[in-house]
Amino acid sequence: MSGVRTDAQGPSAQVRAGPGGTAARPMSPHLQVWRWHVTMLASILTRATGIALYVGALILAGWALSLVLGRDAYGSYMAYLTSPLGLLVLFGLTASVFYHLAAGLRHLAWDIGVGFLPRTANATAVAAMAFGVAAALATFAVGFAMGGR
Amino acid sequence: MESAAGYRTPLSRARGLGAAHTGVQSFISERVTSIALVPLCLWAVWAGLRIGPTGYDGAVAFLHQPVNAIAALLLAGVAFWHQRIGLRVVIEDYAESHMSRLFWLLVNGAVCWVGWAVASFSILVVALQGGAH
Repeated sequence: MSGVRTDAQGPSAQVRAGPGGTAARPMSPHLQVWRWHVTMLASILTRATGIALYVGALILAGWALSLVLGRDAYGSYMAYLTSPLGLLVLFGLTASVFYHLAAGLRHLAWDIGVGFLPRTANATAVAAMAFGVAAALATFAVGFAMGGR
Repeated sequence: MESAAGYRTPLSRARGLGAAHTGVQSFISERVTSIALVPLCLWAVWAGLRIGPTGYDGAVAFLHQPVNAIAALLLAGVAFWHQRIGLRVVIEDYAESHMSRLFWLLVNGAVCWVGWAVASFSILVVALQGGAH
């Protein structure tokens, strides 16, 4: 028994108040010992890009509002969006749109029972990430080619 | 006593444990809005590429077209609906206490409703009036 780590005490030692405050519930200590793998990264990225797009939707709402406020407001809003930092944000949002879209299709496939084999899930995770970056690069290439700036 | 609830102890029922029985609508809404957002997001990227170089007049003219105005309204409504459900799941996963969970859920709802209202109002003004004068 000397091989047992001192912090491996089982769920009863890892408790916190539940959301309802009614009962202490066990918390899995998996985050410290879990091996990194690509489907885990895909899951985290799906949430992260979703939160990024949440901000992106607010940026779009602000863009529409600037259109109502007039030519000057629109001009300065677009100046922010097309500054180097603005373009970086827009590129991140574009990659987020395409990645989140691909991840969403992955989830819809799982909902109808397709794509659960580890090999398939790993491949679609990598494909979704590659698609997100590649489609964003293609979009920006088209944008610059169209004389955007 | 014919339902599954009949097998639960009086104590568990009094504590309000078990399923809330209101999750199905969220589950279906998540999927329906995600399917609707596939064409809408692709349209949005295309619209961004179209509008980018055209300046103020081009952007107003774009939203002045009924098809584009309707697509923009749909995008605003479905996107803010989808992200309200999505962030709610994240908040429910990470909020430490009942009060912080309640607070952030209310903030999430307020931000999404306000964002939707601002976006929809702006799109309608530009679509119907042709922008500011």
